[in-house]
Amino acid sequence: MIEVCNITKRYGHLTAIDRVTFRVEKGEVLAFLGPNGAGKTTTMRILTSFIPATEGTAQIAGFDCAEQPDEVKKRIGYLPETPPVYQELTVAEYLGFVGKLRGLSGASLTQALDRVTERLSLGTVRQRLIANLSRGYRQRVGLAQALIHDPPVLILDEPTVGLDPKQIIEIRELIKSLAGSHSVILSTHILPEATAVCQRVVIINGGRIVAEDTPDQLSARLRKSEKISITLKAPPANVAERLREVPGVEHVLATSDPKTVLIECALGRDIREDVARFAVGQNWGLLEMKPVSMTLEDVFLKLTQREEELPKSNDTTVGEQQ
Amino acid sequence: MPPVQAIIRKELRSYFVSPIVYVVGGVFLLTFGFLAYLYIVFTGAQAIQLTQMQGGPAQINLNDLVFRNLFASMRFVLLLILPILTMRLLAEERKLRTFEFLMTAPIRVSEIIVGKFISVYLVFMGMLLLTTLVPLTLALFSDFDWYPVLTGYLGLTLLGGLFLAVGLFASSITENQIVAAFTSFGLLLMSWLLAGLGSLLGDTPAGQVISYLSFMEHYDHLVRGLIDTRDLVYYLSGTVLMLFLAHRIVDSSRWK
Repeated sequence: MIEVCNITKRYGHLTAIDRVTFRVEKGEVLAFLGPNGAGKTTTMRILTSFIPATEGTAQIAGFDCAEQPDEVKKRIGYLPETPPVYQELTVAEYLGFVGKLRGLSGASLTQALDRVTERLSLGTVRQRLIANLSRGYRQRVGLAQALIHDPPVLILDEPTVGLDPKQIIEIRELIKSLAGSHSVILSTHILPEATAVCQRVVIINGGRIVAEDTPDQLSARLRKSEKISITLKAPPANVAERLREVPGVEHVLATSDPKTVLIECALGRDIREDVARFAVGQNWGLLEMKPVSMTLEDVFLKLTQREEELPKSNDTTVGEQQ
Repeated sequence: MPPVQAIIRKELRSYFVSPIVYVVGGVFLLTFGFLAYLYIVFTGAQAIQLTQMQGGPAQINLNDLVFRNLFASMRFVLLLILPILTMRLLAEERKLRTFEFLMTAPIRVSEIIVGKFISVYLVFMGMLLLTTLVPLTLALFSDFDWYPVLTGYLGLTLLGGLFLAVGLFASSITENQIVAAFTSFGLLLMSWLLAGLGSLLGDTPAGQVISYLSFMEHYDHLVRGLIDTRDLVYYLSGTVLMLFLAHRIVDSSRWK
């Protein structure tokens, strides 16, 4: 449903996102997890056709976000970081305005209004000016705005920011209920949020994707592996396969440089000596070997540190398990 | 075009919920009424003087003494007032982050610009409509030629349209409403001063071009009761050009 292929966005010399690639299947909920300034909002803006990517392509339902913005815009519901509400309108007026912009009218508009007011429990504030609503209600009005035309794709930029714990749980339940019928991308810097509502997590840091997996596997991988990177002068084509012969090696991952591979092994086990002996024995020309600084872990650490500032919730987090 | 209608309705709603329309409209009507009062009283005083000198009832031309002066003064009032009406149009959207929402809604930039322009133009027309009370009341007590009054109103609607388009353009380049208002003041004052530069250069080609670019001369023709296609073309093309520039600015903002 959503396909992002190698997109890069540069602002002058600053690279906001760097060769980001991922895809979201129909009915899947994907979390875009990363600290503030990681490039989450930039990626979302590219997906919504608000800004074009410097390089690479993004597609939604087969339509290119840069080339066919009209088709893309029809199929998405977007909640930006700040809920895009007009304070001088009442909730009903505002949602009616959004519905009309979305091409709804008459009975279908009334129906859509009733549906989103019900779904986001906005019934009691329908006739109130948005200026007089609390942050939580504004956020919900913003979500109602993204849902009013029942779009197949939802892009939600930090949908639970500024809500109280009860509201956060409500919104998470809502997003979970959208799974199956809608493809959802939501960005967050809160780890438990990603694990609570999403089937898959993409971790982004400094504009690059650091990891992508299901929440369970991510946490499993995180806790039991250590990585070393080796650079070989003349690696054979099946270097990954061969390296697995070394006892203790669990995964061998390719990198962007064909001569460098990442080796994962069990936590607390040092296999550097074995790997070195093996590589030299095979005459591959071992040029470099170093433990990889734990990028993924670093990100998780940053994220889990933020978690302490947040109100306590019942979710079990990877951070707490560590 | 339902999206344009939705934009117009929303903008009108925003105008009338906020105090802007009431304050700007109030000042506009007060100024119009006060100026009309001054010119009428001044004309009355002149009539009395003339009557005393000639010994009989004097022929007073209300068109020349009241309406021409009134319309001539109104262009400065519009110059001061209309930028206040337009300053929020796009700058506020940027400031309140609703701009991103508009740009990701399935609506064209041209529809946004046209919708916003029409809404503020309707507000202006409403204000102008209320000023017709002055000539209507005056018609009860005196005789004057309606034709130059109507062309004067035509001048005001065209001039207002141009000013509002300039204001909309100024509002597209910034997220600060005060900057937007001052940019349109600046542009309009420059256009006014161009008339002075044009007459300084006189009948040279450069002088003619510069005079053409200023809104002053074109407006004078209409106030005097002359409907010249060149003047109509000037106002309409100027308005369209300004809206086009606003469109380009808004459209290009996502490339930054």
